[in-house]
Amino acid sequence: MISLGNDEITKYPFLAEAGQYLKDKGFTLEQFATDPDLQIIVDKAYERVECASWGKIFNSTPDGSKGGASLPLEVFSFLLAIVLLKLTDANTLISRFSLAEARRAEKFLEKDLIGNLNNTSEELAIKIFKDLFSVSIKKTGNYFVIPISDYLRHAVNFHELEWRLINRHVEKGMVFLNSHETVRLIRKELDAYIKSRIRAVQTPSLSQGFEEKVNKLVQMAKKFTVITTISTEYPPCIKHAIQALNDGENLSHSGRFMLATFLLGRGQTVDDVAPLFKNAPDYNEKVTRYQLNQISGETGSNTKYSCPSCEKIKSNDLCFATPDCDYIINPMQFGKKRS
Amino acid sequence: MLERDTKFLEEAFKQYYFDHFDLIHVPDRPNQREFGYKKFNSGMNRHISLKNDNDLHFLLMTNIPSDVFCSNACYSFPNMAMAEKDWKEADLIFDIDAKDLNLSCRKEHTCIKCLSCGEASLVQDSCPNCNSTKLDLVSLSCQNCISGVKKEVLKLTSILTDDLHIPSDNITTSFSGNEGFHLYVKGSQYNQLGSKERGNLIDYIMFRNATPETFGFNKFKPSRSSFPEFNEPGWRGRVAKELFGSKSKRPKTISKIISDGYSTYRQKLVDIGKNSIGTKIDPNVTVDIHRIFRLEGSLNGKSGLVKLNCENIEKFNPYSEACLIEDNQVEIFGKCPIEFRLKNRKFGPYTNERISVPKYAAVYMICKGIANLA
Repeated sequence: MISLGNDEITKYPFLAEAGQYLKDKGFTLEQFATDPDLQIIVDKAYERVECASWGKIFNSTPDGSKGGASLPLEVFSFLLAIVLLKLTDANTLISRFSLAEARRAEKFLEKDLIGNLNNTSEELAIKIFKDLFSVSIKKTGNYFVIPISDYLRHAVNFHELEWRLINRHVEKGMVFLNSHETVRLIRKELDAYIKSRIRAVQTPSLSQGFEEKVNKLVQMAKKFTVITTISTEYPPCIKHAIQALNDGENLSHSGRFMLATFLLGRGQTVDDVAPLFKNAPDYNEKVTRYQLNQISGETGSNTKYSCPSCEKIKSNDLCFATPDCDYIINPMQFGKKRS
Repeated sequence: MLERDTKFLEEAFKQYYFDHFDLIHVPDRPNQREFGYKKFNSGMNRHISLKNDNDLHFLLMTNIPSDVFCSNACYSFPNMAMAEKDWKEADLIFDIDAKDLNLSCRKEHTCIKCLSCGEASLVQDSCPNCNSTKLDLVSLSCQNCISGVKKEVLKLTSILTDDLHIPSDNITTSFSGNEGFHLYVKGSQYNQLGSKERGNLIDYIMFRNATPETFGFNKFKPSRSSFPEFNEPGWRGRVAKELFGSKSKRPKTISKIISDGYSTYRQKLVDIGKNSIGTKIDPNVTVDIHRIFRLEGSLNGKSGLVKLNCENIEKFNPYSEACLIEDNQVEIFGKCPIEFRLKNRKFGPYTNERISVPKYAAVYMICKGIANLA
């Protein structure tokens, strides 16, 4: 485990063991619920969740010079925010909170990596990368150099072209990044890490002092619930595959796989899908049904295969994108609208 | 395939395996690998576990497979169903095949085989014998294709060693036994990567999804100094050489690129990726971390040629060095409308005629489906 000083724990409060931390500081949860002098911390915790829910980064700058004075408020507000979130039990708020906290931590990580303030901060930042996210970083001039394999493991979380390895400075098995890119690389994992820490916390019993804030958060969570509708129209790649089969063309194996996974994914049955392949030049009903049953998970390893991503479809020359395909990364998302 | 053709091929394959055990070995960590094989006229048998060369040789002698495969991956339980194997890691593999190079010579050494009546003829839309449109394309040996594939192998090897920093000793290059080459990278930093990560690596190797910004063209504020230089490492250096030709032409070419605009440059990068500097690997092979890959030293059931390791790729001639079936004469009915060369000897064209050819040529044609045993 990473050992933390006061300044570090303020910047990265998610590294603290929540219950233990409160105990070490001589507090109980009950005190926060009942003591009017501590109400300011509960208010701050609520503010922290509310701020995150609206996609903003909680504004706080740990300042070493303030020492102990700034510490409890910053760290306690984070820990109490988790308590409020656990009591609210709304996934949407937890997700928004963990992302906002990840982005807050990113700002500190970036400064610490550059290491202008002190070497300890730089070492801690590099250690966080290594211990929590298995990324080995070496500093070379103004660059942060990481092995290609480490880079690829994290870059898969991005869909923007700038994160493809081809658009990176690569030399002798290493990728060269600036501090911002290095930190950005682990955002998703940082978010997932914070989320996992929140999920691991046991839900406390609801004290009266927290009730009002929890109710307000429940109401807030309802506002973020999104209802989606899906149009019945097929995306162009699927239309093209159906047309190719209707015309008796020899649709490739990957084309057939895409079509089957899409239609089965949209709720059609093997009986519905099998007749589509009748015109294929090598049609064999038994083989078709066997393959469809395997894909649907009804036979074989019981794995239900998902429709391949747009990227995979593109690489197999099966993509016939139209403007309606903008911003989707999988054919299953085609025609999905928020209402 | 006719039963007696199958029997003939099985006898020829068995003889080869018996005579060449020295060429066929299990890879490192054999007990963590999944093996598989195909027999003529039959489907794939996989999820097989073998301990050593003796097990492998026994499998070859008892089953006489048309094709033998071994996983690039290591598993805790290689003989279990895929979901239960417990994947540990997978060596990096590459397949470069002549059919993906779209060379102009291709139509000269390709014929069609009708799946309805078995007739082989020159390429056309339907079978001249029965008008069926259910056709298979059959491609025969071509030195030009092999030269093209070799160039791609050298391009790939340079990216693997220079950019990805893989020691050349860890890379094995083999002729695939048909129309291409396989590259196998043992124990690298990339072994733990999953499919998605390998997809990103493939884009790098194939020069796909490159943005103009990476190669010097800022959409809103183009600057001449940000375009790549000749001596830069990696793709920027390669792009500079491809686009500018020589250092002296750099300034003039950059002026033209900027005046042509951002979109034209983006398209130019796509074009050079597809047609020149990108390496034409089969992405489906490299992305697959559960694949069983043809075993070195085994015969390729599509040709009867050996998947053979080649130390010096530039000098390697697959159509003589990987042709290791015996050369005693065999009578066949040839229906091969185009000529081909094996062991520096020309064969064909044959129009449904009874001929006597060396066994390796008979095996080659029967495997390709353009001859039957007389």
